[in-house]
Amino acid sequence: MMASNYNAKEEDGHQPAAIGHGGAGTVKNKKPDNTAFKQQRLPAWQPILTAGTVLPAFFVIGLIFIPIGIGLFVTSNNIKELEIDYTGVDMSSPCYNCSQSYSWNSTKPCTCSVPFSLDQPFESNVFMYYGLSNFYQNHRRYVKSRDDSQLNGDKASLKSPSKECEPYRTSDEKPIAPCGAIANSLFNDTLELYYIDPNGSRTAIPLVKKGIAWWTDKHVKFRNPGGNDNLTVVFQGTSKPVNWRKSVYELDPSDPDNNGFINEDFIVWMRTAALPTFRKLYRIIHKKPNMTPTLPLGQYILEVTYNYPVRSFEGRKRMILSTMSWMGGKNPFLGIAYITVGSVCFFLGIVLLIIHHKYGNRNHSADIPS
Amino acid sequence: MYIFTQRPGPSLIATVTTDVSCSNIHTHTPRPHCDWCAGEEYWVDSRTVYIGHKEPPPAAEAYIPQRYPDNRIVSSKYTLWNFIPKNLFEQFRRIANFYFLLIFLVQLIIDTPTSPVTSGLPLFFVITVTAIKQGYEDWLRHKADCSINECPVDMVQQGTVVRTQSSKLRVGDVVMVREDETFPCDLILLSSSRGDGTCYVTTTSLDGESSHKTYYAVPDTMAFKTEQEVDSLHATIECEQPQPDLYKFVGRINIYKEREDPIARPLGAENLLLRGATLKNTGHIYAVAIYTGMDTKMALNYQSKSQKRSAVEKSMNAFLIVYLCILISKAVINTVLKYAWQWSADRDEPWYNHRTEIDRERHVVIRAFTDFLAFMVLFNYIIPVSMYVTVEMQKFLGSYFIAWDKDMYDEELGVGAQVNTSDLNEELGQVEYVFTDKTGTLTENNMEFIECCVDGHVYIPHAICNGQILSAASSIDMIDSSPGGYRRHEDLFFRALCLCHTVQAKEEETVDSIKRGIHLGKPTSFYISSSPDEVALVEGMKRLGYTYLRLKDSHMEILNKDDEIERFELLHVLNFDSVRRRMSVIVKSSSGNTHSYKQHLIHIIMDRNSEIQMYTIKPRADTSIFPRVVSGKVEQVRARVEQNAVEGLRTLCVAYRSLSPAEYEEACHQLSDAKLALKDREQRLAQAYDLIERDFTLLGATAVEDRLQEKAADTIESLQKAGMKVWVLTGDKMETAAATCYASKLFRRSTQILELTKKRTEEQSLHDVLFDLSRTVLRQRSLSGLSVECQDYGLIIDGATLSAVLKPSPESSGSGNYREIFLEICRNCSAVLCCRMAPLQKAQIVKLIKASKEHPITLAIGDGANDVSMILEAHVGIGIMGKEGRQAARNSDYAIPKFKHLKKMLLVHGHFYYIRIAELVQYFFYKNVCFIFPQFLYQFFCGFSQQPLYDTAYLTLYNISFTSLPILLYSLIEKHISIEMLKRDPTLFEPIILFLDVAKNALLRWPVFLYWTCLGLFNACIFFFGAYFLFDNTTFTSNGQMFGNWTFGTLVFTVLVFTVTLKLALDTHHWTWINHFVIWGSLLFYVIFSLLWGGIIWPFLNYQRMYYVFMQMLSSGPAWLGIILLIAISLLPDVVKKVLCRTLWPTATERAQVGRTELCTDPYDMGLCIIMLKHEVMAADECHNNGPQDLVTVSLCIQIAIDKMQLCSLSVAYACLYHSPTATIGHSVYNVDIRKSLTHMTPYLGLISEDFSSMPVAIEVEHLPTEVG
Repeated sequence: MMASNYNAKEEDGHQPAAIGHGGAGTVKNKKPDNTAFKQQRLPAWQPILTAGTVLPAFFVIGLIFIPIGIGLFVTSNNIKELEIDYTGVDMSSPCYNCSQSYSWNSTKPCTCSVPFSLDQPFESNVFMYYGLSNFYQNHRRYVKSRDDSQLNGDKASLKSPSKECEPYRTSDEKPIAPCGAIANSLFNDTLELYYIDPNGSRTAIPLVKKGIAWWTDKHVKFRNPGGNDNLTVVFQGTSKPVNWRKSVYELDPSDPDNNGFINEDFIVWMRTAALPTFRKLYRIIHKKPNMTPTLPLGQYILEVTYNYPVRSFEGRKRMILSTMSWMGGKNPFLGIAYITVGSVCFFLGIVLLIIHHKYGNRNHSADIPS
Repeated sequence: MYIFTQRPGPSLIATVTTDVSCSNIHTHTPRPHCDWCAGEEYWVDSRTVYIGHKEPPPAAEAYIPQRYPDNRIVSSKYTLWNFIPKNLFEQFRRIANFYFLLIFLVQLIIDTPTSPVTSGLPLFFVITVTAIKQGYEDWLRHKADCSINECPVDMVQQGTVVRTQSSKLRVGDVVMVREDETFPCDLILLSSSRGDGTCYVTTTSLDGESSHKTYYAVPDTMAFKTEQEVDSLHATIECEQPQPDLYKFVGRINIYKEREDPIARPLGAENLLLRGATLKNTGHIYAVAIYTGMDTKMALNYQSKSQKRSAVEKSMNAFLIVYLCILISKAVINTVLKYAWQWSADRDEPWYNHRTEIDRERHVVIRAFTDFLAFMVLFNYIIPVSMYVTVEMQKFLGSYFIAWDKDMYDEELGVGAQVNTSDLNEELGQVEYVFTDKTGTLTENNMEFIECCVDGHVYIPHAICNGQILSAASSIDMIDSSPGGYRRHEDLFFRALCLCHTVQAKEEETVDSIKRGIHLGKPTSFYISSSPDEVALVEGMKRLGYTYLRLKDSHMEILNKDDEIERFELLHVLNFDSVRRRMSVIVKSSSGNTHSYKQHLIHIIMDRNSEIQMYTIKPRADTSIFPRVVSGKVEQVRARVEQNAVEGLRTLCVAYRSLSPAEYEEACHQLSDAKLALKDREQRLAQAYDLIERDFTLLGATAVEDRLQEKAADTIESLQKAGMKVWVLTGDKMETAAATCYASKLFRRSTQILELTKKRTEEQSLHDVLFDLSRTVLRQRSLSGLSVECQDYGLIIDGATLSAVLKPSPESSGSGNYREIFLEICRNCSAVLCCRMAPLQKAQIVKLIKASKEHPITLAIGDGANDVSMILEAHVGIGIMGKEGRQAARNSDYAIPKFKHLKKMLLVHGHFYYIRIAELVQYFFYKNVCFIFPQFLYQFFCGFSQQPLYDTAYLTLYNISFTSLPILLYSLIEKHISIEMLKRDPTLFEPIILFLDVAKNALLRWPVFLYWTCLGLFNACIFFFGAYFLFDNTTFTSNGQMFGNWTFGTLVFTVLVFTVTLKLALDTHHWTWINHFVIWGSLLFYVIFSLLWGGIIWPFLNYQRMYYVFMQMLSSGPAWLGIILLIAISLLPDVVKKVLCRTLWPTATERAQVGRTELCTDPYDMGLCIIMLKHEVMAADECHNNGPQDLVTVSLCIQIAIDKMQLCSLSVAYACLYHSPTATIGHSVYNVDIRKSLTHMTPYLGLISEDFSSMPVAIEVEHLPTEVG
């Protein structure tokens, strides 16, 4: 029904210049050019997907995919990952209290300690993530609720943020910086990790917050208005996001390169996750120069400053510790998928081989039907 | 007496009746007046033109100026001012455009997931391109209009010639046109520089006929030689209002002489010079403008015809509806789920994601509706704008290949195939019924006079020596007759043939090669006529000693056997028409010319105002003339006519009748009455003709051969083998037509002919005959399951019986009964011949088949005006640019020079176009399912929030640039099978099987559509869930950083673009450099675009979400591995399906593909196949003509050739082998005497080897089966 009325020629009516040119119809000698293109005789490669030609491809794919898959699978299995849910849903959970007595306005932070133990040491760099579940960072209203030019240091946008930021655009008649729902809901739990020595003393594990955001984001996409000098002045006249306890220029007063819009925690949060269950890089525990593992096996305590409410939408909060390989974190899927596809290809190759032998000859003789 | 009738209203029309006297016309004796009573004539649609804007004498008529359009031609549709609004209105009138506009507006108005740009940009693009194209075309039209309107015209005003612009011409202006000038409007010829008041005109630009036609001035005005004289003319012209038929005109001129009653003269098409035609061989003419500007017949003829729609388009529309349903249901499902899901406020509005106040206050119904619209917008890409554009472009550009095809170029005519509509390209490959005209289509329409028979004596021109006629007596039974009477009849016969025609003798000084006049000292001349039969007859007469010289001063001059010039005054020509099927002339022998021994004979004719009649063209003989004959050797002539007809010759009979002066008066009276009539002129003329054409004396008959067109038989055979049913529809006699059918292999010797003719239905009732036939046919069908040999049936039906069959008969139980039985019989016949068809009956037959329950696709092919109705009726109409003018070609969808070109048109081009467009349509739907379904799935993971999966740029450009060119180029140049394979000799690879692969729209049936859709859904799931599991709660960069939703979408999109493009690559069988360029180029373009798009902070964008997303993704190893994996999984099922189907259930196409590669690995390498092609004709013909027996021997020879003979003959052998499947596969064929076959083969091989010696030959002998029995 759509196409039925769609016709370019329908309305063109008569040919251009059909009326008028007296001699338009005179017979001219317009013998078509004998070019390969016009005669549809361009030289061409004419591959045919027969069992015979596809067979080797299947075997080759099988032979390539299976080792890759095994490699991926092994790599993935070698990655150590530890996940701790500290939401505090259960009564028994150490953070139960914090999760229950939650209020945005409380000035006194609620803290809780979650003890855990590592069965095996984590070698090399360990990456510390926080994970949220059932948090729809990919909700459309949420995703678009930001002003990229404001975040890029545009002063005009700082004073009048984009409409997309509604209803987190202004507060008390003052523009919010950074505006929008994403910024407003910045993850603000503080996670600290302590190693419990066998003798009972707590050693704080140094958590590095540099390098958790994309380099391009930190250096190009996000910029403080007017450079990094005196953010307090720059952000004068703006309001902090309603859910924030401190202003954007107070995010990391210790490090001017990590303050304001270019705060890496902030940048990480601003990259909206694809799925409602996601994790975001929080800190990096660098490998120690000596031979000891980054995280030796033993008892640890996760100290949480519990600020971020998730109970209202049945969300979960997790802390994840993971080592990395060249292929990233633990993901058995890719390896298994490769092995499966490789095997299937191999199997199909065999099936095709049988078919080819059984029916291939018939096919060849049948090409000239009598 | 003049009677005026005034009619109210702005255009006042005067009805004028005039006193007309026959005496004014050609005769000198007084005639009774034919008084027209007042009120007898009352026609509404007429116009009165005052020549030179001069008022008629006051007594005669009130001068009523009428308003006519000026002579400005306006073919343009737009002006500078109204172009934009009008063009936009025109474009948005199409539903598809309107749909996209609606989507765009929805995006503008409500808060939708995608920016209006995503649909606005493509729409804008399409609209702009179309507007530019239409604007350009309109500009061309404007320019053409301008040059035409400003073209100088010589107008006669106050006795002087004034130069003016063409657009300033008004009705009634007298203009002067010089040689080689084009007529500025429709004119009535007043006088010409030639003394006889004639002028020659070529109407090439109107109807393509390049021959010169003669137009006549009214005798009363033809004497005007100067401007002053012309200006003194005082006359009015009454004529019908303009109508588009180029060949019809009815009018009347009233010439006022001083103090006399006006003289009225009839005006017909022969007086009307049409705009667009060109004056030739005439110094200048004076003519008066009667139709100007948009009223001219030329302008009226350029109105668009009704649109034909192809089966593919219908399927496409059906698929679209399905997709529209899918789209709507998707939107509905998502809307419902959304509201179910966000029932709890914490899901709807968690603390981190509040609605705005305005949004919150909105009513829930409005919100739901907005959401529904938003989902519609999100998924609307499933029906892509670009599909329409691509289909349009494919059809438009693809049609060039037809026009470019040099195989369909005719050297003789200097024209190639012509595409009038490109909408039906693919329909050519779907044709199931071919309806073909006989004369000029199957046959050459190049007539050759074979013989004539006078009273049973046969004359053959070849048997003439030195002007002496010898009766070729040996094979013909001579009928004894009295010498005197016989002599007399012979003379009459030859003269009749020389006189009764509309041939013009054209004197050509320069051309020597063309037939010369018999006499030395006379200028050479050749004959021109619209009917080739006539030329053949006149030339035949010339060879028998009677030369028609010229028509001069309405006297026809004949050079008789004794080199004497005889002059006959041509009084009336009763033109040929297809209803009467005859023409006559009334001539009067001039009295001065005596002294031959035939004197008294001629005298008799003269004295009696003799009328000599000849019946020409199509069903010339029995039914048409014999009832009108009262004397003559009817039986003998009839026998001869029938014998000739059986031999496939075109026969016609000649008869005469002498008229007494009184009879002549009567006849003349009737004729002029009828000719002057403005209303029902045709009918009245027919009545008059009927009265005159009776009581004839039969003189004899002639036979003209119309040879079969080159390769007509081969073409018909190929078409039949390709599963098409070929029907011949002709106006010709049954015997002639049947002979042609046998010659063209429509009927074979083995064909059992079923007759459904008048002769048979006279003996039996129609009812019985029909049931008899259907029983015969059905019995065969029930038996055919058992017997190997299937009986071939051919049906012959004639026009009379057909109308009886089609007529709802009262006595039969159901009115459609006969029709059904008839269709049933036809369905079981391999060939049908319909003879004695009136033009309209041809269309009826086509309509009948079209409406039968299988709804087959029909094709009609013809060359003449009588085929136009069926050409317009059939799904595909093909015109042959033949000798009978170009009406058929003009009204057709495609025009080809020769019938043989039909083979390539249907079997090659049609096949290709069908395959291409089928893939195009299916692929477009497939790629959009792949595109949009992941978005749908994503809604389940983003809270049904209409979050788009892909970035705006990707959404916008996916159909426009990332995936558009490969499929377009595929649909233009894909060849799943080589041209040779499709075109080659039908006896080898049965094309019927190839045809079955695509028959009945096979590639666009629902199962195929379902397969593609499922494949699309499967791929979409793979893309989405593959990416989902890759992303699921893990990271895949080695630096631990996380990817966001845009990377997720980009990953899906990358897999999508690659899969979809590679899927097309897998489907491509014909990889030219263009395919490589476009496919790999598209992928490369995607990558480069993505790099660029993410590489810069674009200042004009208010979001930077894609910044470095693509590069970050590429920097991750698992992303690469994931992409490769997902592409592999997506393509795997299709590859497996393809391979399995090909191996286990190969279609004919697939088998042919394999066969082809085995026979010749590279046909373009100057190798075997080229040679095979070059000698295809020769080899095939050789194999064919000798029947199956020799086929075997030829193939045997090949075996020997391989062993013994040289390379050259080997390749010939191979060529033969190529054409004879039975031979190559042959099982039991080898036990034939080898020596015998060698002797058969030797001359043949010798013949070809000469040709081959000059050609580089490379042959792979291994492929040849070498076991010789």
